[in-house]
Amino acid sequence: MKAVHYYRCLRGIIWREALRFLNQRGRFLAALVRPLVWLLIFATGFRFVLGVSIIPPYQTYIPYQVYIAPGLIGMIIMFQGMQSSLSMVWDRETGSMRTLLVSPLPRWYLLVSKLIAAVIVSVLQAYVFLGIAYFWGVHPPRLGYLTVLPALILAGMMLAALGLFLSSVIRQLENFAGVMNFVIFPMFFASSALYPLWTVQQANERLYQICMANPFTHAVELIRFALYEKFSLESFAVVAGSLFVFMVLAVLGYDPGRGLIARRGGTE
Amino acid sequence: MLDLKREAADGRAQSGPEREAQPLVVKGLSHSFGERQALREVSFELNRGDRTMLLGLNGAGKTTLFSLITRLYNHRSGSIRIFGWEIKQKPSEALARLGVVFQQPTLDLELSVAQNLYYHAALHGLPRREAGVRLRREIERVGLTDRLREHARTLSGGQRRRVEIARALIHRPRLLLLDEPTVGLDVASRQFLLDHVRMLCREEGLAALWATHLIDEVDPAARVIVLHKGQVLAEGPVPEVIRRANASSMREAFDNLTGERGE
Repeated sequence: MKAVHYYRCLRGIIWREALRFLNQRGRFLAALVRPLVWLLIFATGFRFVLGVSIIPPYQTYIPYQVYIAPGLIGMIIMFQGMQSSLSMVWDRETGSMRTLLVSPLPRWYLLVSKLIAAVIVSVLQAYVFLGIAYFWGVHPPRLGYLTVLPALILAGMMLAALGLFLSSVIRQLENFAGVMNFVIFPMFFASSALYPLWTVQQANERLYQICMANPFTHAVELIRFALYEKFSLESFAVVAGSLFVFMVLAVLGYDPGRGLIARRGGTE
Repeated sequence: MLDLKREAADGRAQSGPEREAQPLVVKGLSHSFGERQALREVSFELNRGDRTMLLGLNGAGKTTLFSLITRLYNHRSGSIRIFGWEIKQKPSEALARLGVVFQQPTLDLELSVAQNLYYHAALHGLPRREAGVRLRREIERVGLTDRLREHARTLSGGQRRRVEIARALIHRPRLLLLDEPTVGLDVASRQFLLDHVRMLCREEGLAALWATHLIDEVDPAARVIVLHKGQVLAEGPVPEVIRRANASSMREAFDNLTGERGE
């Protein structure tokens, strides 16, 4: 296997994801409806309930919709990551996962390629969201649109890797509803996506610690800082570390010698 | 990879285990899931041009065997060699020479027939132009050239299977595995597949392993492996297996060997 085979394979996987994405424009729009509902309705309703004081990276008082925009971007890429994991579970059941896995390229490489393809789609969605949010008073600095890109990619990789790992553990599709309830929602609410964590800390120290240990909090903060041309080292370290751990777990999960597929007998 | 494959296709001599190696050698293969032993000391060989029917009832271990040969998961004892390459140690070399038609449908129904085929070619590292030439040839041989641009969803079950066979051959494997490929197909589609694989083995020297639980699919010109409760009960050319089982037909031979009635 030469480098060119690796390249062609990656290109093929991204190309397929792009085609699926073009063929399912409905899904793309549906994925945007959720965060837009939060932005356009929820944020408006809570505008005067939740005062947001000056906290980094902001330098002035900010309206609530400005605060939750990065959190909603986090929501988009988390759902996309989980969605790609759902498609993996689905793929595995219909068998197109098996056509992927009989490729002669190493399995870890196939999984990473799959992950990159998923992230490209979620980054696109995040930018469309930012475009719409602009008309709702979310005006980050112009350069912020560029500096947020690496943060989106890293956070997207981390959340997609989590999804990939979960897809190697979850056997049946119906269990995905469980993932929504037990993974997505707790991660979303126990984070800084909807409220600054100092408000949580005042109410409950234990919950605050949980929020701080939540990798999603750091994904959101990484995006929030990057969107305002700032860099949060702590968040970067947590997101990069989590990406590494989830990726290792995902590769183990799909490992033909050790993985859960091996123990349970795959798709029989 | 490409070079190797071309040489293999041309049958030219080359370095490595390939030179005189058989398409598939399975030796002493056992596998279990927890308490349940799925395969017990399974051994058999496929030579070039062999068309071998793997005959067994549901639950005989056919799918487990295929999962191990395609390395969905690893075997723990015994060995599987594809053209001399042990699948556990050299998965890339082994998988590059293997074409598979899975039991469950595996076409992406959201994509067109051509897109499905291009995707598969990319997974095998083929350049796009080359892939285009090959997929046109393969799709022509299964008589679906006029459906290339159509969504896979619009194809009938039999047509989808034919696309899957075309797809399995794009990277020019010399060994083809088919896991109960005719399940759910009508008589005509089934016959088409049987004839197509027969032609591939006879004219191109492809080795094929065809799993089935339908005794009717086992014709006298093929070889057969009778797999029952994870064990190989008989292996060889069909007439020979019938004779050794003191039977007059494959059906009778199967019943004699397994003590159960086959379909």
